[in-house]
Amino acid sequence: MFSLVFGKFFLLFRNLILSISVIFLLFTASALAQQSEIKLGMVLEPPHLDPTAGAAAAIDEITYLNIFEGLTKIDANGAVLPSLATSWEISDDNLTYIFKLKEGVKFHDGSKFDAEDVVFTFERAMAEDSVNAQKGIFSIIEEVRAIDDMSVAITLKNPSGDFLFNIGRGDAVIVAKESADNNKVNPIGTGPFKFVRWDRGSRVILEAYENYKGDAVSLKRAEFVFISDPNTAISAMLAGDLDGFPMFPAPESLEIFANDDRFKVVVGTTEGETILATNNKRAPFNDIRVRQAIAHAIDRKAIIDGAMFGYGTPIGSHFAPHHPYYVDKVDIYPFDLEKARQLLAEAGYPNGFKATIKLPPPSYARRGGQIIASQLREIGIELELINVEWAQWLDEVFSKKDYDLTIVSHVEPFDIGIYANPDYYFQFDNEDFQALMQQLNRTTNDDARRALAIYAQDFLARHAVNGYLFQLAKTGVWRANIEGMWANAPVEGNDLSTIRFVD
Amino acid sequence: MFGSILRRILIFAITIFVASLVIFLLLDILPGDPARFILGINADIEAVAALREQMGLNLPIWERFWHWFFGLLRADLGISVTQNVPVAELIGERLFVSLPLAFFALILAIIIGIPIGIIAAQNRAKFIDSFLMILAQIGIAIPNFWFGMLLVLLFSVKLSLLPTGDFISWNEDFAAALRSLILPSIALALPQAAILARIMRTSLVDISNADFIRTARAKGLTKKQAIWRHGVRNAILPIMTILGLQFAFLIAGTVIVENVFYLPGLGKLIFIAISERDLILVRGAIIILILIVSFIMMLVDIAYQLIDPRLRLRG
Repeated sequence: MFSLVFGKFFLLFRNLILSISVIFLLFTASALAQQSEIKLGMVLEPPHLDPTAGAAAAIDEITYLNIFEGLTKIDANGAVLPSLATSWEISDDNLTYIFKLKEGVKFHDGSKFDAEDVVFTFERAMAEDSVNAQKGIFSIIEEVRAIDDMSVAITLKNPSGDFLFNIGRGDAVIVAKESADNNKVNPIGTGPFKFVRWDRGSRVILEAYENYKGDAVSLKRAEFVFISDPNTAISAMLAGDLDGFPMFPAPESLEIFANDDRFKVVVGTTEGETILATNNKRAPFNDIRVRQAIAHAIDRKAIIDGAMFGYGTPIGSHFAPHHPYYVDKVDIYPFDLEKARQLLAEAGYPNGFKATIKLPPPSYARRGGQIIASQLREIGIELELINVEWAQWLDEVFSKKDYDLTIVSHVEPFDIGIYANPDYYFQFDNEDFQALMQQLNRTTNDDARRALAIYAQDFLARHAVNGYLFQLAKTGVWRANIEGMWANAPVEGNDLSTIRFVD
Repeated sequence: MFGSILRRILIFAITIFVASLVIFLLLDILPGDPARFILGINADIEAVAALREQMGLNLPIWERFWHWFFGLLRADLGISVTQNVPVAELIGERLFVSLPLAFFALILAIIIGIPIGIIAAQNRAKFIDSFLMILAQIGIAIPNFWFGMLLVLLFSVKLSLLPTGDFISWNEDFAAALRSLILPSIALALPQAAILARIMRTSLVDISNADFIRTARAKGLTKKQAIWRHGVRNAILPIMTILGLQFAFLIAGTVIVENVFYLPGLGKLIFIAISERDLILVRGAIIILILIVSFIMMLVDIAYQLIDPRLRLRG
């Protein structure tokens, strides 16, 4: 009796094992054949999928250039290229832009793309009740007018040198009147990929759009899978459940992949200037000598090695090193403890002082904060470390300006203009700089803009408004046979149209 | 007995009301402006003000509470401010992952834990008893997320037998969905099984000294027979309380394990909603959890009265 039951059980068990292995074989076989499908990992899940109604980077990382396109687009190196506008003319006073639109483009729901959609998109973003996170891009627009079906005139209130760049960003993608309200859950754009499904909490699935007007794409299907735990990200890559992780969350583990032939590790740059932001209105930081002392006491290399495992480029001002206007200002206040102590003494703090530093969750802040605290202790500044979560940081530091120091990465491209706003949380109120930024905004000649931007970088570095630490690196891992993935992140996005598998 | 059940239901209703009031007030004093959070640090002040108005954040707190509470009575939990989707729908989707996961884990825990507890109790103070209890102690001490990571390394990375997580929705691929719940269920079940084993053993050992067991032995039953016929039924009582608590924990307290296996469970939904300041979603999810947990506790209490004649008389 017993052996009979056991025998049956054994048979059952054996069959189970067999069927599992068969299923497994089927899975691997199909995985090998599908070279036109890609699964990419992302750390954060977007709250919704409408890039014109939120600041979350994850929205752009899925939708920008894939589902949605703007009049212009930003390529992997940060250059402005035509997109839904095939060409444009700028009036002599630099105020009016006339865009010629791409012919024959259809939205994913089949509706036709024309000048009406462009006018609708811009007027929606400019409206009083607009919740576009970058209203600033649109506030300088005086009027948007359809000249005919396929051309649009945009008139600005004053000349703007980075207008063409700004309208290429995710916040300015073109949406259709019929579908705009639903874009948060069912995004409908003109891009090479259309939205298929969002399994909340796990993935977003896109599929190649058959009527796309533009260069042919190699991928047929793409999945963005949300994995927040760094250890899980490593396992998922090693187990082959993912094809790539464009922004890998664990720089300390990149060695695992660098030494594995199946993968490649690609280190690029982002727009993230990571700074020791300083409350310029609060004593003793309102004294430039104190800020200079801090600048002299910071050892950037130690911070990059300790907090970022060596990934990151030192910066001396608020400017991205890959930008064509960049100049290296790291040596304006070189690491020099003697000089730092002397400046502190001149400012009236020969024995240093006590202050607080509020640290948001990213590891560059939490780990970087500990290193900076130990570096500033060398010159007598005792920092109390206060960990805050993002919502708290936004409330206390950003809105109420209740802080001494904090560490944060400013990820907007070409955002040097924030220093001209005296109400911005650094509270840097300097009329010369404000005038300089006004002049820069009105200048459209490239050489003149370069000269002004260089002057501005020098200005901020010399005033030591903030401690300038490093440019955040973009560390990605993907299969060795994938090509065309963005190495840098000049804007937030993962352009799927250029990605392909090679043999 | 009917009266006591009615009283228990009344307590349930009061619990829900008080809990909803407390949740509302607590979430309201959290620092951080949801509108500012959604739009990010470089957003315009005007845009933030426009969104605050849209979200109804400028109304007085009591008005907002009653609005929410009456919505709750009509099973309307509001619309998530970050995702623009009804909260009930978001929670519903997650329950399709969290409930099966909790259920599998609990079944596994019972299958493993209860027999170990009984075997240990029957072999009290012998080698096998100590051995099993040391094992249980280790089971309790191992954090389940770490155990989960070990399982992933072995079964996914080394043996390539099971996915690292990668939950696919039930209607798309039922078998794949089931496969991706296997490792997390095991990871969650281990500590629960260990707890069950220890409680089962203690409870049986206590009972084997009780008067009614001695009476049963006096009737001529062997020690084993006495424990099987009279002891186990009584020892189940504390186990039921523990099972109720464990089920509640397994539904919502598993955010770390959900993270390890990137499962779209309820714990992760709440965790992300809190960090994004989606207060309507947090409120809705927490009140649903309180409903589930209070309901299970009520069922346990009622079942207690059915099983334990002493409580029945008192009631």
